[in-house]
Amino acid sequence: MAAQVELFLQTLISGFLLGGLYALIGLGMALIMGVMRIINLAHGDLMMVAMYVAYWLFTLFHIDPYLSVFVATPLLFFLGVGLQKFLINPVMKVESILPHNQVILTVGIGMILANLATVFFTSNYRSTPVSYASKAWYLTDFWKNAPIELSLSAPWSLSFLAAVIITVALWFFLTKTDTGKSIRATAQDIDAALLMGVNVGVMRAVTFGIGAALVGGAGCLFIPIYYLYPSLGKQFTNVGFVITVLGGMGSTEGAIIGGVILGIFESMTATYLGMGWAPVGRFLIFVAALVFLPGGVASILRKQRLGK
Amino acid sequence: MKKFMPPIILAVLCFLPLVGLSSYAMHILVLVIMWSIIGMGWNLLGGYCGQVSFGHAAFFGMGAYSSGLLYYHFGISGWWGLLVSIPVLTITSLVIGFICLRLRGAYFALATLALGEVLRVTAENLVKFTQGDLGILIKQRTWVEKTWYFYVILLLAAGSFLLVKKVMESKLGYYFVAIREDQDAANSLGINTTLYKTIALCLSGVLTGMAGAFYMNYMGYIDPTTVFPLYDISIVTVMVVMVGGVATYWGPVIGALIMVFLAEVIRSMPKIGAAHQTLFGILLIFIIIFLPNGIVGDFRKITGLFKPRGALK
Repeated sequence: MAAQVELFLQTLISGFLLGGLYALIGLGMALIMGVMRIINLAHGDLMMVAMYVAYWLFTLFHIDPYLSVFVATPLLFFLGVGLQKFLINPVMKVESILPHNQVILTVGIGMILANLATVFFTSNYRSTPVSYASKAWYLTDFWKNAPIELSLSAPWSLSFLAAVIITVALWFFLTKTDTGKSIRATAQDIDAALLMGVNVGVMRAVTFGIGAALVGGAGCLFIPIYYLYPSLGKQFTNVGFVITVLGGMGSTEGAIIGGVILGIFESMTATYLGMGWAPVGRFLIFVAALVFLPGGVASILRKQRLGK
Repeated sequence: MKKFMPPIILAVLCFLPLVGLSSYAMHILVLVIMWSIIGMGWNLLGGYCGQVSFGHAAFFGMGAYSSGLLYYHFGISGWWGLLVSIPVLTITSLVIGFICLRLRGAYFALATLALGEVLRVTAENLVKFTQGDLGILIKQRTWVEKTWYFYVILLLAAGSFLLVKKVMESKLGYYFVAIREDQDAANSLGINTTLYKTIALCLSGVLTGMAGAFYMNYMGYIDPTTVFPLYDISIVTVMVVMVGGVATYWGPVIGALIMVFLAEVIRSMPKIGAAHQTLFGILLIFIIIFLPNGIVGDFRKITGLFKPRGALK
């Protein structure tokens, strides 16, 4: 019995830590979704780019992956702004039959990024063997006679903490600064924002940049605990949009909650069904969200706020 | 003249094997025709009905596996898969449709994207049922010569072309276009949008699934990564239609022709071959920005480029 409880709690902990990181991926996607009304299907591939940045910084210059956040995020920000300005924005103006051309475009971008990574860096699995990779804290260290044994991995906790810090910083940026307020205004109502003197075009580019930077940050936090290969982006794009749907399209609070839910759920599937089934679990939760909660977590939050 | 184009092209294609083409040329032709069927399927849903799918590999793979599993578990000819794939794909499409098509735009695209991935993982993990990564091998292919395969796929393609044309000329087709142009307006006119979108999905899924079942019999071997890949099937399907021309009858055919030839040429080039997805991606971006309606849809625009400036006015 104790072993069962131990396993369950351990899964819950790792799921929660994973969820914090997932929230960061989902946040970027939700922001882009909210402001630009498109799903960025190159999201995971942008993360892959950031992971390679962190990897090469570690391998060539021995820079800790957590420090490379400060290099990768600005880099990804400018990459995102560039992609938006030179590729996605022109397509918004093009007359076409299909309404989803921008989404198809982001798929194309993702495909190019993934393929270029394969060509330049081969499809080998890579990782950054940091010195503290296997360090962990155990429950018995603090509580001698604990009936169960739980552990908390150091890199996982560190990544989670960094994710929380980035999320809080983003929250400050969105609520306290002028640019942040303009972004939120653009997300709420483009025309009204335009009339209030918000430069919507710039806000779109900035938002895409921030979304890319967020997922870039997530990439740097992921690499010490994960491994890296060129086609890993797809998987995280899936994660991103499942969170976006789960949280409610374009809602940032929803994305955080959705990320944690998905993280825990995925941990549970991995423990009780097997690692390989994680994508299936992800899909199930996606379908369940569509059927039972089409507005996402955001709709529940809204109801509660109205209730007050 | 335009009215007689399909039968003329069909007749020419029927006599093509008699010319004595090499086995390789026949292979390319078969691939082109197979891809144009998949393209027609996608076009029905994405082009005419406006529901973009990023997961046609799911339908393709389902078709291929329904054929392969029949052979593997019951030992009957894989060709039965062509028939069996119809109910299998219809049921799959109905399930996906009733869940995802109640919602707008991006949800459906996302659901299909995830579906392809899920099916791949499922096929990899259900080792007892699908042989997992080992894949399914048909030990003895029906014909050695490619000619008969060519006729089978040509028949399927002609049928698909006719089906798409008939559907689009009927009331159903007008409903599809109405849904694509403005779903709210369509809804307010009393069109049951979910139902018609689901019908489009079923037709699209069945066409793609049959192409998949053919692929199984033609190639004689499938595994999860060859029939369920995102880029090499799902996205190439989108590209076939985008390059050829969205919502046109001939778009998928032209698109398939271009994409298959391009793929063969690029893959055969040393060094560049590995980067074929990059080149496809660049082509996709180029098409979206400059020829958003594809070669057939923007044909006037292309011919306009080559005419002397004065003639434009």
